[in-house]
This record gives sequence, C-alpha cells and structure tokens, in this order.
Amino acid sequence: MGDRLHTFNGGIHPEGHKAESSATPIRDMALLPRYVVPLRQHIGTPARPLVQAGDKVLRGQPIGAAEGYVSTAVHAPTSGTVIAVEPRAVPHPSGLFDLAVAIESDGEDRAVDFTPLDWRNLDPSALRNRIRDLGLAGLGGAVFPSYIKLNPGAQSIHTLIVNGAECEPWITCDDRLMRERAAETLQGVAIMAHALGVKTVLVGIEDNKPEALAAMAAAAPAGVEVVAVPTRYPGGGGKQLTYTLTGVETPTGGRSTDVGIQVFNVGTAYSLYRAAMLGEPLLSRVVTVTGHVARPGNFETRIGTPLADLLTAAGGANPGAVGEIIGGPMMGFDLMDLAAPVTKAVNCLIVKDPVHFPPRPAPLPCIRCGACARSCPADLQPFEMYWFSRAKDFGKAQSYNLFDCIECGCCAYVCPSHIPLVDFFRFAKSEIWEREQEKRASDQARQRHEFKEFRLEREKQEKAEKFAKAAEKQKEAAAAGPAAAPADPEAEKKKAILQAALERAAKAKEGVTPKNTDHLPPRVEREIAEIDARREQVVGKEGGEG
Amino acid sequence: MNGSPYALLAKNSVSSVMLKVMAALIPGIIAHAWFFGPGIWVSLFLCTGFAVALEGLILLMRNVPVKPFLSDGSVLVTAWLLALSLPTLAPWWLYAVGVVLAVLVAKHFYGGLGQNPFNPAMVGYAALIVSFPVYMTQWPAPLGLADHSLTLLDAFDLVFAGQGSISPDAYTSATVLDTWKTQARLGLPAEDIRAMAMFGWAGARGQEFVAAAFAFGGLLMLAHRLITWHIPVAFLVGLALTAGLLHLLDPGRHADPLFHLLSGGAMLGAFFIATDPVTASSTPLGKLIYAGLAGFLTALIRAFGGYPDGVAFAVLIANICVPFIDAYTQPRVFGHDKAGK
Ligand code: SF4
Ligand code: SF4
Repeated sequence: MGDRLHTFNGGIHPEGHKAESSATPIRDMALLPRYVVPLRQHIGTPARPLVQAGDKVLRGQPIGAAEGYVSTAVHAPTSGTVIAVEPRAVPHPSGLFDLAVAIESDGEDRAVDFTPLDWRNLDPSALRNRIRDLGLAGLGGAVFPSYIKLNPGAQSIHTLIVNGAECEPWITCDDRLMRERAAETLQGVAIMAHALGVKTVLVGIEDNKPEALAAMAAAAPAGVEVVAVPTRYPGGGGKQLTYTLTGVETPTGGRSTDVGIQVFNVGTAYSLYRAAMLGEPLLSRVVTVTGHVARPGNFETRIGTPLADLLTAAGGANPGAVGEIIGGPMMGFDLMDLAAPVTKAVNCLIVKDPVHFPPRPAPLPCIRCGACARSCPADLQPFEMYWFSRAKDFGKAQSYNLFDCIECGCCAYVCPSHIPLVDFFRFAKSEIWEREQEKRASDQARQRHEFKEFRLEREKQEKAEKFAKAAEKQKEAAAAGPAAAPADPEAEKKKAILQAALERAAKAKEGVTPKNTDHLPPRVEREIAEIDARREQVVGKEGGEG
Repeated sequence: MNGSPYALLAKNSVSSVMLKVMAALIPGIIAHAWFFGPGIWVSLFLCTGFAVALEGLILLMRNVPVKPFLSDGSVLVTAWLLALSLPTLAPWWLYAVGVVLAVLVAKHFYGGLGQNPFNPAMVGYAALIVSFPVYMTQWPAPLGLADHSLTLLDAFDLVFAGQGSISPDAYTSATVLDTWKTQARLGLPAEDIRAMAMFGWAGARGQEFVAAAFAFGGLLMLAHRLITWHIPVAFLVGLALTAGLLHLLDPGRHADPLFHLLSGGAMLGAFFIATDPVTASSTPLGKLIYAGLAGFLTALIRAFGGYPDGVAFAVLIANICVPFIDAYTQPRVFGHDKAGK
C-alpha cells in the first residue's frame, strides 16, 4: 500500500532545524530534588488526587486516579514525600495554574513492584483498564488517553498507522526514539495491533529522517510496513498522514476510526512497550530541548520535571534568548513560566533567539492573494474565514468550515500581509464555543425556571385543595361529629405521587435538549466526551480558563 | 494575542509581491518604448509621481501609518497599470485625473488596500474614456509610421505644454482596433484593412511585440508563482473563442482571434489586470469563470461596443460578479463529500 503515496493539497516547507538536536543520543537526566506533577495531563477530566501533603510515595505509585471516561492515572516520578497538592504553574498557553502534586525526592528513587502485563492472554477490556491505570496517553501532542483509542469498539479497525513523521521543525524526539529504540517501539506497535485486531500496520516517517527510517525498517517484523513519506509540513498531522498513506480522508467532524483506521504516535508505542513488558506506568518521555541553548538534544525526562531544570540539563539558554516555546514553532505556544513542569503533552522546549524567532512584522490588510488557500492542507479559504472572524461574523466564518481548520499555521506562514490568521481562527472558535455554552446554560436556566414556576403553581393548587378539603372535612366533622381521621397522610401520599410525576416530566423535557447524553450509544457518547474535551482545551487556551 | 506560528515566516511580503509584478512589467515597457517612442516614460513618471503623492496624502488624512502602507507598493502597481493603459503623450492633467479616479475613488473610497471591489487602474481608464474620448483615442503611431520621431524632451514638452509646433497628426493615429471597426463598418474588405500600414504580421504593428513582451512578463510571474495559470488562460481562451466564433460567422466584419490576442490591452489585461488578486475571483473554478467571462466580454465589446478596447469594461463587469462567483465555487474541503458535508 505504501508504494503509491497520496499527496494532500497545500503544505509548506519551513526550515527544518532538526540537526541542532538530532545529532546526539537521548540523555538521561539526573534525579532532581523536586517534581511537580499536574493532575490534568491531557484533555478530559483531570485525575483525582490520591495523596495529600505529607504522604510518602514510591516511584510509579499512583498519585492520581482516572476520573470519568476521558481520563488516565498519574504516577509519582520518584520516591519521596508529597509536599503539596495545590495549584501550580503548568505548561499551558493561558499561563494559569492547575492542581498538581509536588513531591520532594528522598534521593533513593525506590519503585513500587511493576508486574508486566500478560497482554496476549488478557481479556481486551481488562488490558485496556490496566493501560488506563498505567497512565498511557498519546505522546504526539493530542495526549488522548490510549486505552480509549485501543478499543476497536463497534467499528472494525483494519489499519493501524504509526506516526513517526515528526513534521514540526526543530523537534527530534521521535527521530531519536526511532533510531535508538526501534525494536522496543515496534514491540509496542505489535501490542497495539493485537489489541485492535488489525491486519495492516503502516509506519509513516518523513524522508528527512533516513537513520530513523533505516532503523525502523530493519527492526520491522513481517506485516509492518515502514514507509518514507515526503517531508512537507504538516505531513505528520493525523489526517494528513492517514491520507498520504491510504488515500482515505477522515470525514469532517469525525475521527479516522470512522473509516477503520487508528493512528498512534511512535512515542506512545514505546510507552506501551514499557507498560506491557515491564509493567511500568508512563513515568517519563523523550523531550527535545533546542534552539538558543548551549547543548541542544533530547532528554529522557520524568513527567513532573520542572522545565527550568530541563533547560539546565541542556546547558541553559545562551545569552540573548527571548523566551521559550513549548512544542514546535508552527503549533506550539509561548511558555509563561519556567517553573511549569514537563507533562505528557510536552514534546519540545525551544529557546527563542531573535534571528530564528523574530517578532512578526506588523500586519497589512488582506489582498486576497489566495496564498493561504493554496497552502491550506484542509483545502479551506483562510482569507474568507479571516474576513468574517475579524468582523465577528462567526456564523459566516463557520459556514466557511472554520471547524475543519487544524490550526497548522501554514496560512499564516505564507501570508504576504503577515496576518496572524491562526490567532483569528482560535479566537473565532473559542467565541463560538463560548456562545454555545452560554446558550446551553441559559437553556438550562430557562428549564429550571419553568420547572420552578410549574412547581409553585402546583403547590399553590395543592394548598388550595388541601384547604378546601380541610374545610370540607371540618364541615363534615362538624356535621358528622367527631372521630374523622386527620387528612394529612393522604395529602402526603398525593404529594409524593405528584413529585414523582413532576420529576418524570422534567426528565422528559430534558430529553429533548441536545445536551442530554443519556441513552446514547456508547460511540456517540464517547464522541461527545471527546468533543467536549477538545472544546474545553481550546476554550481554555484562548479564554484563559485553565 | 500572539500565537503560533513562531517560525521564521516565508520570505514573502506585499511589497515584494508588488515589486515582482513591476519587474515583470518591464519587458513590456521596454518594448513599448522601443516601438512607440519615449512617451511611455513620461506617462509612467507622471502616474507614479501623482499616485505616490496622492496615496501619501490620503494615508495621512485617514490617519493610518504612512510608511508601511506606502511601502507596500500596491499604489505603484496601480500607477503603472494605469500608465500602460492610457495613451502616451496625452496632456498631463489626463494622467492626474486618472490617478485621482484610481487611487482616491476606486481604492480609498472603498477602504483602501484590499477592500476595493473594482480594479483601480481600470476604473481610472474607464472613467477617462467616458469623459475624454478624444484624448483617449489618440495613440502614438509606431516608430517608422509617425512623420516625426520624438525625443524624451519633446515628449515632456508635448505632455506639459500641449502640441506646440508639432501637429498631433504627425505622431498619433487611431488604434488598430478602432480602425478595424470603423473600416469594416464602412465596408472595406478585410484584406484591404489588413494591408494598411498600421497592421503588422498578426496584430497592430509594433503593438504585437509589446503584447508578446507583456505575455513574457506574465509567464515570469507564473514561474515565480505570483499568479496561477487560471486567470490568464481563461481570459485568453474566452477572448480567442469568442473572437474566433465571430470571425467564423462574419470574417468580413470580425478580425481573427490571433489579431485580438495581440492587439490592444489583451495580454496586459490577461496577465496583469484581470489577475489583480483584490478584485479577482479567488477560487480555482471561480477564476476560470471570472476570467473567461472577462475575455468573452472583451471580445463582445470590441466587436459591438463603441470604445476602442473592451478590456477595462470587461474586467470591471467581471469584478462585479466576483462575490457571486466566489460564493458558488467554493472548493471541496478535506474530509467533506461532494455535497460539502
Ligand atoms: S495569504 Fe494573507 S493576504 Fe493573501 S489572501 Fe490569504 S490572508 Fe489574504
Ligand atoms: S491553520 Fe487552518 S486555515 Fe490555516 S492552513 Fe492550517 S488548516 Fe488551513
């Protein structure tokens, strides 16, 4: 299948800058005195803390438990004492704090007992639960919990795509991983293929990584095809890589699983190998430190490592540095606080210098040159979306398929007017989500209000009835003399019945609102959860609510 | 907000785009000077000067930063396209009025760079030809046909001081498009018209080489991806097909398609005017429709209209249709089916 590659439209060729960090092997970091592990490692529900200040922990001990569906566990990176469970700086574009567990190492780095998973014989759902409890999540950037993606569910998955494209400039963590740990990574791929029951496995690697290609091809077992894909950003985007390798377009608003394809990052495959073969939770990942630093390279970094310490390990920033980026230069974000720790999502720390990362020139008006549209891998018309986003005509922006935008930044990269197009798209998306949320909230408020009115009305009637009855009874009593039973028990019973009916009515009413997620098939339910999670993430990014 | 991308952006800016467009015009300008004398330098000089001064003044009055906007170069392209569309050796005020119409009315009245629905140079041209038809139809004759060959000084003299000692008939003539139309209407056989001195081997004498030079510049722009192929190809095909059909129907009245391609503003229009991104359609299919329409209308106006050339009006009419064309030619988005869902 890999012989005939498909070419997605658009894309760009930014300067790669891979050599700066790809020349040296992955380095281990010395044990640090302190780690900070945020409980929110990815989209979805943050983990529920399992420890409190003063607790002693061992390396690999769960400190946060998966909470809800889109969630995974979080583990202690080393042995020591929990010194705080409190909001701390996290690597997030908003710069806001989030709940984290701070651990002081005891220097012994003692681990809990790890039990390898008997993945071949384990019941699939038990295997997935173990993977959830080992904290596995996608390491390619989206950080979606792996156990969910390993569930073939109702759709049958026929192809597993392993993403080693690493198309973002400067980042080389996957490159080094594939060069140095190809066999282990492919072992993880085998476990994925087993869990999903797929026949075809394609590993896509951009052809600017010949060493990684060679290493992976050499280690690939029969049935796993390692494919060199042309180097063109964003060739490593999930949808783009899927298209390049299979010619299948992921339907809009859907996931590749809708067309029988599941995509995992190579880093995730490697962590699955460690989880299954060694029983080890996701405790560390490879992170690239590059740019304006003394000794750029890749580091095996424990989750929870403060970024300042990671930077020190790379020799520190060179004089003249002008800030840091988390992630790549195309889709990453400005780091607000070096005290923030490495999370499962952090694949790269770039120290900016004014030569490679100059301030963006002042924007000019759009001249409708169409360069953005020609570079857009989603075949969008960015200038139209920009026009309407700027005019705050979000409905129109949406009608130009704003939500198909993957925020890859190609359009902003080529724009001769230097318009920060992606900023406008993020803004428009978050505004639309906010409005939807507001609408949902006001719908709920309206329902609550209506119900209250209804209840008050009924209560009034009931009271009137009661009074009438009581009056009647009194009359009766007066007429028939004493010995009439008090009316109360009957009224109580009636009230209970009425209450139940009201509740049923309210439920039925809720049933017609779009938000109701009861009684939906699990697939739809999961999708809603995912979409909500995505929204939360982007809204958080722009709206500044952590 | 200052989000990603942070990468060093592509070396691309509005001013570099505009400078490249101007560079691509140079072969045509040189050919023009070669065949029609130094008048073109005077009109370029005047239009550029007026346009820059006016743009600067307007930017000042609109309270926008003058430097980045003036240096975007867009007003220079407008000025050059206007100069290349107007007859040379016309009185200086004709250029001044043209620049005011193009820069002030067509561009800034609509909000400035990127906001104007109509091609500014063509608005200037069209308004002038309606208002001052006499000046707009007197074109310098190609060298060798004019009784008098001018120096650059003569040209300045003519533009600023009027005709002076030299009679206009000595250096100007009607255009071939005009001549063809009037002679054919008078019933002169096509072969006889073609035999007139002002006609060259395919189009107008001299003009055909200027057209070829503009086409060459256009190909340079294509090679540098300043434009896509859609607009020039559709424009020229629309023009040639329509002219060819008319020619087939009535060869005595209508010239052949090659003549149309190499006369008047066809090449300049196809590569430089219809391709103005601000006012052109922006989707691939839309560009084909828009430019095909402009080419078709050019041929029709040339054949049946009262003006010497049809490019300006054709482009302006096509400009009007752009929002409509764009709305109905949105390309399929990745992951959507054909119905756009
Ligand atoms: S690249 Fe920039 S100037 Fe060109 S159409 Fe797109 S947004 Fe407008
Ligand atoms: S950021 Fe969005 S609009 Fe711009 S090129 Fe990428 S997908 Fe297209």
